[in-house]
Amino acid sequence: MSDLQKLEAETLAAIDAAADEAALENVRVAALGKKGSISALLATLGKMSPDERKSEGARINALKDKVGEALSARKTVLKEAALEARLASETLDVTLPTRASGLEAGRIHPISQVMDELTAIFSDMGFSIAEGPDVESDDYNFTKLNFPPGHPAREMHDTFFFNRKANGERKLLRTHTSPVQVRTMLKNPPPIRVICPGRTYRCDSDQTHTPMFHQVEGLVIDRKAHMGHLKWVLEEFCKTFFEVPNVKMRFRPSFFPFTEPSAEVDIQCSRKGGDMRFGEGDDWLEILGCGMVHPNVLRNCGLDPDEFQGFAWGMGIDRIAMLKYGMNDLRAFFEADVRWLQHYGFRPLDLPTLAGGLSS
Amino acid sequence: MKFTLSWLKSHLDTQASLTEIADTLTRIGLEVEGLENPAETLGGFRIARIVTAEQHPNADRLRVCQVDVGDDKPLQVVCGAPNARAGLKTVFAPPGTYIPAKNFTIAKGVIRGVESGGMMCSPEELGLEGDSSGIFELPEDAPVGAPYAAYAGLDDPLIDINLTPNRSDAASVFGVARDLAAAALGCLTTKAPAPVVGAFPCPVTPKLDFAAEDQKLAPLFALRLVRGVKNGPSPEWLQARLKSIGLRPINALVDITNFMTFDRGRPLHVFDAKKVAGDLIIRRARAGESLVALDGKTYALDENVVVIADDKGVESLAGVMGGESTGCDETTTDVLIESALWDPANIAQTGRKLGIVSDARYRFERGVDPAFTVPGLELATRMVLDLCGGEASQIAVAGALPAPAEPIDFPLSEVERLTGVALDPSDMQATLEELGFTLAATQGNAGHLQVRAPSWRPDIEGKADLVEEIIRLAGLDRVTPTPLERKGAVAGPVLTLLQRRVRGARRALAARGMVEAVTWSFISKSEAELFGGGAPELALANPIAADLSDMRPSLVPGLIDAARNNAARGFGDIAVFEIGQVFKTDAEDGQFTAAAALRRGTAKPAGAGRHWDGKTASVDVFDVKADVFALLSVLGVSAQAVQLVPGGPAFLHPGRSATLQFGPKNIVGWFGELHPRALETLGVSGPLVAFEILLDALTAPKNRPTRAKPKLELADFQPLERDFAFIVDKRVKAADLIKAAQGADRQMIVNVGVFDLYEGPGVPSDKKSVALNVTLQPREKTLTDVEIEALSGKIVAEVAKKTGAVLRA
Repeated sequence: MSDLQKLEAETLAAIDAAADEAALENVRVAALGKKGSISALLATLGKMSPDERKSEGARINALKDKVGEALSARKTVLKEAALEARLASETLDVTLPTRASGLEAGRIHPISQVMDELTAIFSDMGFSIAEGPDVESDDYNFTKLNFPPGHPAREMHDTFFFNRKANGERKLLRTHTSPVQVRTMLKNPPPIRVICPGRTYRCDSDQTHTPMFHQVEGLVIDRKAHMGHLKWVLEEFCKTFFEVPNVKMRFRPSFFPFTEPSAEVDIQCSRKGGDMRFGEGDDWLEILGCGMVHPNVLRNCGLDPDEFQGFAWGMGIDRIAMLKYGMNDLRAFFEADVRWLQHYGFRPLDLPTLAGGLSS
Repeated sequence: MKFTLSWLKSHLDTQASLTEIADTLTRIGLEVEGLENPAETLGGFRIARIVTAEQHPNADRLRVCQVDVGDDKPLQVVCGAPNARAGLKTVFAPPGTYIPAKNFTIAKGVIRGVESGGMMCSPEELGLEGDSSGIFELPEDAPVGAPYAAYAGLDDPLIDINLTPNRSDAASVFGVARDLAAAALGCLTTKAPAPVVGAFPCPVTPKLDFAAEDQKLAPLFALRLVRGVKNGPSPEWLQARLKSIGLRPINALVDITNFMTFDRGRPLHVFDAKKVAGDLIIRRARAGESLVALDGKTYALDENVVVIADDKGVESLAGVMGGESTGCDETTTDVLIESALWDPANIAQTGRKLGIVSDARYRFERGVDPAFTVPGLELATRMVLDLCGGEASQIAVAGALPAPAEPIDFPLSEVERLTGVALDPSDMQATLEELGFTLAATQGNAGHLQVRAPSWRPDIEGKADLVEEIIRLAGLDRVTPTPLERKGAVAGPVLTLLQRRVRGARRALAARGMVEAVTWSFISKSEAELFGGGAPELALANPIAADLSDMRPSLVPGLIDAARNNAARGFGDIAVFEIGQVFKTDAEDGQFTAAAALRRGTAKPAGAGRHWDGKTASVDVFDVKADVFALLSVLGVSAQAVQLVPGGPAFLHPGRSATLQFGPKNIVGWFGELHPRALETLGVSGPLVAFEILLDALTAPKNRPTRAKPKLELADFQPLERDFAFIVDKRVKAADLIKAAQGADRQMIVNVGVFDLYEGPGVPSDKKSVALNVTLQPREKTLTDVEIEALSGKIVAEVAKKTGAVLRA
């Protein structure tokens, strides 16, 4: 074995034996550094004859290239191994739980969600949203709505009153959202299409009655709106709201001081196994009251009942929320029990839209 | 109102089934709320006769009976009753019969090896009262094979209708029958009462004693004496009628008045004539008068109450309740029967004020048929004579029937205008006539009728009422759904700015991990006062509970209640919000829409509770400050536009709270830690932070002519950041340091942040170290070191000048 072969064998063995990049660098310096063994051999070329230089030069440069390649290959291997080792040391237990973000933890109250659903449906039908104060006058809550003073229908409302003032005025908490009808008619000329959602109050409390609850009122006034339109609006609403292809509704004559003719509306449902389903079954469930706006109400709001006509309806927002989403105790709506809110509430980005579906 | 089918049929001749009757009642507006039909539940039970009864071969206590149930041949039934014997007539349940009391359906079976084709029953098994030690023992004449319920008179369904306040005409069985007859469900068989000829003048004279303007309080008062009556228990049929609707029979005279109330909707009153002194005066009560009424209670009266008085004083509350001292009992021999008309509003007011709920009040306050005042008295007299004997006087009348209402000018086209349903004019006229309306043609106007309502329909006022009458009998199912015209191809936006902000705020706060609550609009007075409310004008006169007495001036007390209640259930770390109305005055513009939120315990925006990723921190003022600015950003309100003034209302920690305002006159809200004293008063422990913003007080965004966003200007040069640590007095606000630094060069300095805050060793005790990072954005060219140095010097100088801060060595 020539010296050159020996040097090659030793150097390649040293490269293979280098355990890390630092050891490898030592091998490189020892072979190819300024004072390295191969560099020293190259330095001897100057003293050789041209012929000798030619043959020896080729052999030494071949050795240099071979060692260079071996160094580079080993370096890649060592770098890879070092990265593997680092990655292994960096391992985290990814099964550790993270915190729920606001988008997961936050909740929208079912009443707000249903109000947004109502808005989505009725805005598409061209209805605006009208609002009015909770503290109302007797005039707007009763008299203008054709409840004569002393009429038994007033008594049925279990009104919350404020104390009578020195000037004889006695304000009250509105017992229904119907005063917003009055305010709308007094303020805006027909045609009118509004829904009036809001808080209402009656001095009553049990599983299905709370002293505060939510109603939505609808009002359409123009020169030709009749009960057929009323029926269509309510049927389309119920289908869309309850997200069923068809609903069967039953209109029964009834009485409200502010509508004539008046009707109560039942919706067909089934209660198999305690589950309420709409659009099927043979039970009827009362869901709302409605009618043609009473001529006296139109007159009280400055409209000629022979010229203008229209209809109104009212229903409980909490009630339709209970029917749709299956809560059975109205009182829980107002108890702010976080367990209830987490369970029955809606996630922050559950936006009801007609395009995306109200509740999907 | 309740009545039985047989009672209804005493006025109405009909072949209609119970279901048809109930459906029709609901369809015409007399909603059936309840229907109990024993004949249906007990329909399967039949009368049977035991032909033979022999000992069961395998059981001592059982007998094998051959039972005649009315079929061709007897059935074999195994029976365990001790009284099962040959010849006994009893009640039999064939297979398939539901046994109510046992809650099972009987089937054919084999009992101890012997076939049994049904069951013989005890009263208890049918859910009835009676001796149930054995099976029924029916009389010998009971018809074998007949349904037991019919035989026992149990097949009289009880119908309960929900009467709307306008339908006083149907507050009697007769009235219901009349409406059903109009709906073509049968024929009204009851005739007008025949007058009873009086044998002598009524010895007691009624006198109406009212001022001219009060005449309407008692338009008509009719009175008659029947002398020589024998009062006692009323006959079985009358007692049964009253019992069937839950009334207690008392004595014949009283039962007759109750019967007249429910049967004919004509409340009457009977006085024991011997207990009445002198004539009867109908007048307003006088302050200080009182009456012991038939319910045994004493009522203090005033001049708003109309009474019937004699020489001794008040004897009866008109139209509401009679007096105890002149009531009729078994000793009554002479009875005065009163039939009168009262003012509905006055009766309602009296009943409400005195707290008396009576069947008479119910009818008078809705309106009775005035035309039936005297006929009703005639009918009652006939019943008294029939049931109690005696001799009737002539009728003494005070006042007169009020004039009937004017006819209504009714265009028949009104029906189609309001309902969209085109009905045949002759059908519409027929409907009105069936209902008792009187029709006359309008001269020169073929499409119009002059319509006069019958005396029993005080609710009919105008055209719309007539439309309702026609459509309710035609059926509301005739109304065809008709689409509303669309306003445009695409529905436009409808929400107001405030409505959009309410919706946005709700989603924004929920997205910060908070849960939306809806709490009561009323809170306790002490809570209201603590939060700046409690004004007398916002206190309820009749709160439902003492702690729900005052309209809330703020949403926060409700949220604090929620925090306390949830903590009591074991959920102490909660973040809740509410968006809703708050009340500053009782005026229309005194109500505002607020958004408020509360964080308690560890319920920070990043999440509540302990977590492996760091130490568990309590909520602090910066959590709610972050909530506020996130909210303002969502609502499109620039954070720069809002002034933040340290400190706030008294219920907040003075050193850990701030007021939000657009100038000193326009305060829009606050955020901060609750004052420890407030927490103590409210009975809740901290840490507890909250904020509240009035959404209607926020400025509206500027109207822009285009939806395009402002042009984006991007600098060509990299921004660079320089840090400055200042030593400054503790009381100097970070905001002032930031503002001063920004003021050094408003063009170049695009951001100033606070990246470190230090107090402690190395810094004098009255000072703090505040480190600012300032971002510079070159616009024209890259800055040279000299330029950067110059700008840094300017920042240091400006901050020193404005705040007294010095650069930390």
